[in-house]
Amino acid sequence: MTDSATPRKWERFTPAQRLARFGVFLSMAVLLAVSMRTVSVIPEFLWDAPTQMADLFRRMWPPDTASYAENVHDALVETMNIAGMGTMLALVMALPVGVMGASNIVRVPALNWLSKLILVSSRSVNTLVWAILFVAVFGPGALAGTVAIGFRSVGFCGKLLSEALEECDKGPIEALRAAGAPWPSIFLKGYWPQIAPAFWGITLFRWDINVRESAVIGLVGAGGIGVALDTALNLFRWQQVALILLCIFAVVIAAEVLVTKIRQRII
Amino acid sequence: MNDNSCKGNGGGAPRSLIVKDLVKEYVPGKPVLRGISFEVSGCTTVAIIGPSGTGKSTLLRCINRLIDPTRGSIDVAGHEMTHLSGGELRRARQQVGMVFQEFNLVERLTVIENVLCGRLGSVPVWRAWLRRYPQADIDRAFELIEQVGLADFATARADALSGGQRQRVGIARAVMQSPSIIMADEPTSSLDPKTSVEIMGLLNEFSRARGIPILINIHDVNLAKRFADRIIGMARGSVVFDGPPDELADEHLKDIYGGEGWLQ
Amino acid sequence: MSAHAAKRPFRPNWGARAGWVLLGIYCLYAVGTLEITWPRFLIGLDNGARFLSEMVPPNFQRWKLLLEGLFETMQIAVIASAFGVALSLPIGLAAARNLMPAWATWPARAVIAVCRSFHPVIFAILFVKAVGFGPLAGILTLIFASIGFIGKLFAEAIEEISLKPVEACRAAGAPFMSLLLYAVLPQVLNRFIGFATYQFDANMRNSTMVGIVGAGGIGGTLFSAFQRFDYDILAAILLSIIALIMCSEYVATRVKAVFND
Repeated sequence: MTDSATPRKWERFTPAQRLARFGVFLSMAVLLAVSMRTVSVIPEFLWDAPTQMADLFRRMWPPDTASYAENVHDALVETMNIAGMGTMLALVMALPVGVMGASNIVRVPALNWLSKLILVSSRSVNTLVWAILFVAVFGPGALAGTVAIGFRSVGFCGKLLSEALEECDKGPIEALRAAGAPWPSIFLKGYWPQIAPAFWGITLFRWDINVRESAVIGLVGAGGIGVALDTALNLFRWQQVALILLCIFAVVIAAEVLVTKIRQRII
Repeated sequence: MNDNSCKGNGGGAPRSLIVKDLVKEYVPGKPVLRGISFEVSGCTTVAIIGPSGTGKSTLLRCINRLIDPTRGSIDVAGHEMTHLSGGELRRARQQVGMVFQEFNLVERLTVIENVLCGRLGSVPVWRAWLRRYPQADIDRAFELIEQVGLADFATARADALSGGQRQRVGIARAVMQSPSIIMADEPTSSLDPKTSVEIMGLLNEFSRARGIPILINIHDVNLAKRFADRIIGMARGSVVFDGPPDELADEHLKDIYGGEGWLQ
Repeated sequence: MSAHAAKRPFRPNWGARAGWVLLGIYCLYAVGTLEITWPRFLIGLDNGARFLSEMVPPNFQRWKLLLEGLFETMQIAVIASAFGVALSLPIGLAAARNLMPAWATWPARAVIAVCRSFHPVIFAILFVKAVGFGPLAGILTLIFASIGFIGKLFAEAIEEISLKPVEACRAAGAPFMSLLLYAVLPQVLNRFIGFATYQFDANMRNSTMVGIVGAGGIGGTLFSAFQRFDYDILAAILLSIIALIMCSEYVATRVKAVFND
């Protein structure tokens, strides 16, 4: 067929691609090696960890179920309220910011960037850090926790919301514009029906995450079951710690099951 | 076929469209429309034919300012469109009903609400939000849905309909605006031949019954000849033919579309 | 005409209405429990203003401490991601119900469920109690968090693959490892790289947090600055955390781009 002087070669990747991949792997390895060499870990502590953990669990058993009504129940309800209200607060703030970030609705690049900036800063700061900040502002309690959860969730909800808005079918929007509809009506009848399923999906998803998060923000004084956990830890009441952990586990699993069920019904 | 017995053209604003020297340049110096001029009035059906990419869609979208024209003037029922903005533009747009190739329905809303969307320009936002449309509008919407033959589907969701049914909803929505003119952008391109004929017939019917001129972008020359009272042929961004369908000869088509092999 | 007037254009959705009412009642109740009062709000505004004014300008004078903290945070994230990803591979595989028998999937799924249900901070607390303060506790914490997150996604990704190539390899008499290598891995590799880079990113964020309970990294510096009311240092730390996370997000996108073309 063809002259065999130059045998045809087949390669999955171009040399540049292979070089890039190799570079990535190499830098990962170097990064890992450097970290392992320099991190200040005392190996004895690591080898000792299993015995220590076993000891910890032995002291936790059996969970102190008697103290549920007295210490845990109210805190658990407060945790759920923080998660629920925090999610609501996040949605209220995420809707305008998300709309502002959707480049097909707001055609001002400066506003798009402002929205991106707000969303990224909200996501970059951890819930626990937000909680610290708001405890400083509002003092310890559920209010700080709610606002912290809200501020952390804005970034998440807003980002997904503006992505959903940007993926909207342009056709109906054009039709409503051609009918002379003012933009609030276009949003209500053109965009909203298209993003509604995504909106409820995002809400449920974030609420599920917020249930987990609101269980720990109490460690810095922002209300909820975390406060009870912190107290029990500081007093070395391990059996009470075990009870609280079990309660958190149960609530988190229940929330996840609930979200899965509602999701199946909506979609 | 085309009997010109106009009904319902009783008084009010002149139902007319005057386009003069319309130029549109997406990139400065490269005009897509090179000075289009024509006039339409009364209950005529005007078909605009021409190859794809010649600016037919741009022309229609310029007329109700979904696209801003570069130069020229557009007069819809006595309103000069090119200088308007904000609320005035929205009121002027209500004068122009538009039917789209891909129907452009809001798929997750019901048929009746899609038809009522045609009234969004004049219904206050809070009423639209709470679905408290004026009773007169609701009655008219039901009436129109019946006229396009979808009486049984009024409360079905738009994504449950077939292509032809969706286009019927699209037409009802355009007529719901009580427009002075209806424009249809390739209304039959997404439909099968039989449905296409039905949809064209429906558009013609509305034009006759309400005395509204209809402007249709269409690439199917035979459909255009069958339904239009007048044909405008566009090529390379200009009008190259304007006259009744029986004057449209093969040499015009050659000029419009280029080549001749396809004519046999 | 009159016949139409009787028709209802919109069917009232009683379920949805009841849902809205219930939601409204719940909101009123929940807001009530938050004890928002006007004086408290005013004090809050006052505190917030003072807080912000003390944060500006950020104080970068103790940059050495800051850099040390950031470096430790990175160490924790890198080591935890490496081990976490390496461990979640076999666990995720074991949890895939379409390839593995029930005796393998149940324990693997249980491990993943436990790792997922607890917030990393709770793991961090337990590990700090078990192995003492310092980055080791942070690393262990994030390894468990990674197993919970990627293990689940990886198992789901494997469960979604097409089984036809697997069947073909089996028919050719391939041993189990070749089966994985040739029939399973190619189908999930891209998504797996996506999960792994995302997890690195998440570990970076979380490692700034676990320090708050004493598990090493910049979080510890942050919390002590907060407790000593050094709000200008706090601002500096926050800014550097945001910068670090943005860098890692950028790197993660670039790495994904290398593997996706």
